[in-house]
Amino acid sequence: MEKNVERPILEVKNLYIHYPISIGTVRAVEDVSLEINKGEVLGLVGESGCGKSTLGLSFLKLIRPPGRVPSGEILFKGRDILKMSEHEIRKIRGNDIAMIFQNPLTSLNPLFRVRDQFYETIRQHRPEVTKDEAYSMVANVLEQLGIDKERMHEYPHQLSGGMRQRIMIGMGLIMDPDILIADEPTTSLDVIVEAGFIDLLNRLRRKFNLTILLITHNLGLVAEIADRIVVMYGGRVMEIGRAEDIFDEPLHPYTDGLIKCIPNIELDQEELLTMPGSPPDLVNPPKGCRFAPRCPKAMDICLEKVPQPMDYRGRKVACWLYT
Amino acid sequence: MNTDKLTKGSAKDNGGNSRYASKYSVAGRVGGVFRWFISSHKKYGVEWWILIVGLLIILFISYMALFPQTLAPYSPTDQHAGPQLMPPGPGHLLGTDNLSRDILSRIIYGARTILGVAFVAAILSSLIGIPLGLFSGFIGGIIDRILSLIMDSVYSFPGLILAIAFAAMLGPGVVNITLAVSVVYIPTYFRLVRGQTLTIKEELYVEAARAIGAKRWVILGRYIFPNVIATVVVVFSLNIADAIMTEAALSYIGLGLPAGIPDWGMDLSMGKKFLPSGTWWMITFPGLMIMILALGFTMLGEGLSEILNPRLLER
Amino acid sequence: MKNLLKYIITRIVLTIPMIFILLTLVFVILRIMPGDPVSAMLGAHAPEEVIEQKKEELGLNKPIIAQYFDYLNQLIHFDLGESMIFKQKVSQPIKEKLPATIELTVFGMFFTLLFGVFLGAYAASKRRTGRDYTIRLYANIVYCIPVYWMGLMLQLIFGVWLKWLPIAGRVSARIMVSDFEKTGFYTLDTLLAGDFHAFGDVLLHLLLPSITLGIVLSGIFVRLTRANMLDVLRSEYILAARARGIPERRIVYKHALKNAFIPILTMMGLQFAILLAGAILTEMTFSWPGMGRLLMERIYLRDYPTIQGIIVVFALFVSLVSLFVDIIYALIDPRVKY
Repeated sequence: MEKNVERPILEVKNLYIHYPISIGTVRAVEDVSLEINKGEVLGLVGESGCGKSTLGLSFLKLIRPPGRVPSGEILFKGRDILKMSEHEIRKIRGNDIAMIFQNPLTSLNPLFRVRDQFYETIRQHRPEVTKDEAYSMVANVLEQLGIDKERMHEYPHQLSGGMRQRIMIGMGLIMDPDILIADEPTTSLDVIVEAGFIDLLNRLRRKFNLTILLITHNLGLVAEIADRIVVMYGGRVMEIGRAEDIFDEPLHPYTDGLIKCIPNIELDQEELLTMPGSPPDLVNPPKGCRFAPRCPKAMDICLEKVPQPMDYRGRKVACWLYT
Repeated sequence: MNTDKLTKGSAKDNGGNSRYASKYSVAGRVGGVFRWFISSHKKYGVEWWILIVGLLIILFISYMALFPQTLAPYSPTDQHAGPQLMPPGPGHLLGTDNLSRDILSRIIYGARTILGVAFVAAILSSLIGIPLGLFSGFIGGIIDRILSLIMDSVYSFPGLILAIAFAAMLGPGVVNITLAVSVVYIPTYFRLVRGQTLTIKEELYVEAARAIGAKRWVILGRYIFPNVIATVVVVFSLNIADAIMTEAALSYIGLGLPAGIPDWGMDLSMGKKFLPSGTWWMITFPGLMIMILALGFTMLGEGLSEILNPRLLER
Repeated sequence: MKNLLKYIITRIVLTIPMIFILLTLVFVILRIMPGDPVSAMLGAHAPEEVIEQKKEELGLNKPIIAQYFDYLNQLIHFDLGESMIFKQKVSQPIKEKLPATIELTVFGMFFTLLFGVFLGAYAASKRRTGRDYTIRLYANIVYCIPVYWMGLMLQLIFGVWLKWLPIAGRVSARIMVSDFEKTGFYTLDTLLAGDFHAFGDVLLHLLLPSITLGIVLSGIFVRLTRANMLDVLRSEYILAARARGIPERRIVYKHALKNAFIPILTMMGLQFAILLAGAILTEMTFSWPGMGRLLMERIYLRDYPTIQGIIVVFALFVSLVSLFVDIIYALIDPRVKY
């Protein structure tokens, strides 16, 4: 269900994010362009260190020095986030765009009660709200998440892992944001809780008409819930397309490799498939395509020139095989 | 014909010039040392400079302590060095005190007292604390627990008060004050060495399971000792800094030395009496010297510590 | 609540062996002196019999073990003995002078935390800037400044040259202490008596000595706070708070500081001992009528029972503060189970 008549709610154009360190500059994100449409779930996948988390942080202008964004645009509802003042971006954080993180125990301040952490967010964005109103807002959200509202008076360490996860989602949703960015939300959860999380996310998405950016290295998660997928590697975009299309027929060799690596209980596998080689050095990246050194289908040009994401059969692929 | 081979091993090269001259001439040597400085800085960062500055301070003040005659214009006890209570000026760079003694000379001669006491006290403390720590850690059991309890209690007690108590009981005198100061730091070395010994002991027992008894001592000597030495040296330097502060404090409150011996702490307490009349030079300089000397050893200790055990995480 | 009580009792029980050792230590120190106190007191030329009689009186002829048990026995009954020089119980001058020292120490700790914690937090938030390096430099140097020298220099500048602040005593000569003295804590007493003029005077007198103490000890706290804050500021809940739009200042001073504060609290307990030692030196410098000055007076007079009593009180204080800090720690950190 695509609403491509409307303007995408978030547009990234040629974004670069660099971290200068003592031995050089880490090119965490290079020339990334993508779009998120209102109401969709976009899965941002890639292995550790490919730049997806950094990208997510940049959407809330949370890249801190020495990290910098040398060029590019991030348009949220048409306004460039990177050009906003600290004051303006603070109004968006937690309010229009919310972000939740990997580990719910370390995402909540251990010395404050849950309800106080909610109140703080509410007060920050809507100072006119009274204590009673805030209380009912929190109670409401907790109810949606299936948590007994009395638990809000407790401290984070008194709750179970799954509950903390849901509270974290609650903190993200309390101000009814347009976009929810979830950075590795299930990595620290066991599979049963993860399944519950997926259900919850689906439910909430429909109820609140939420746009979700799901950042993860877990393709299985993405397969369950995402509408479209962006595949990143070495700080660059490799492939963008609809989830069904990509899983049916992965175009980029890296995507292909990723999907093949997922252990499938139904297949008679003897060995787990892996991709040979190691992730690229982001300080001195290879000259051509970032994936070329490990690519089974690499050609000479792949090692020389960087392929740009090109339209191909309704998707974008950054691979010389398809130009 | 290539004549290089003919001159290869000799001191003179083809052109008859000495190969070694530039390397070993004075200019060459100075240049070499200079280059070593800069490369060390690159390797160790700002800590290197902290260490160097600390070392320079210590060397300078040690020189003051060892050869005061070469620096001091007057004798520190000369009560006719100049006019009484004169502010710093020509002839008396740091002024004179109430007994018409030259303050600069008193400062220079005072270095000997404070440095001597602090240094000897630190050595005494380590000579007692280190073996005790080794013994206690090695032997374990109830003896270890009792010793540790005693040492921990002493350690938790404010050091200065302990030193005051000892100094009060032992009476005045250089030897007594040195003893008083040294007692305070014994637990520091004890705890340090005991901790290290315990850690090594864990690993040793694994080794011992495979090795023969005799090998243990070799391991102790070759592997434990260098590690422990590094930490001990750092603690020693910081210890001296602390001992300097303690010694000065003891003489300031009048527990330390007989009046004849020039001492910075004592000069401060004398200067205190003349403070209300604005005689700032009697207080400023002795106190400043105490601070600089203590800083010198602290910088040496901290610099060494960073270099010998570099902090891997960026601070 | 019941659990908390059990926790407190456990901590108290664990502190007892330490106190015991400290008391024994004090006893040992005070008996190792060469020569004997009585001759020192009466003079070397006093006749033998008089010396012996005095010794008998003071119980110094009994075997050392007996003396030790007498000592412990006395202490258990909270009896510190009697002065050898004056006709008074040891506890009397101590009772009089203790509040002065406590008041000074408390205000000193206040300034230590004020300078130390805020400078440290500020340095952490402005990491790697010139301001950060300057503050770190300050922290490292300040510990090497003799506290009495700092006191003297401050006296010189603010007392003698600028004439803004008094340099001696707890109150000005014009103020009649007997008008308000009740607990011995002049800040409290003047407030209770409603005498605000005297209150101001008391505060003025407290200012220089406490700031002196505060500055010299702040170095350690600057470093500790900064290190803890840096750690905390790197944690994910700080990132999460930023992601919710919470302004930076609130994050540093409310979220981060509260979390970083716990180890600072522990350090406070450890530093109290050093603060006490510094208080002695400060009292000498500012003619402050407290335990420190009392100690030095009695050392000069060779009043050994009083000296012993003062040191015992110091030892007990240090242990109690340490215990207190442990309990507060348990109360503040909701994660501690009791």
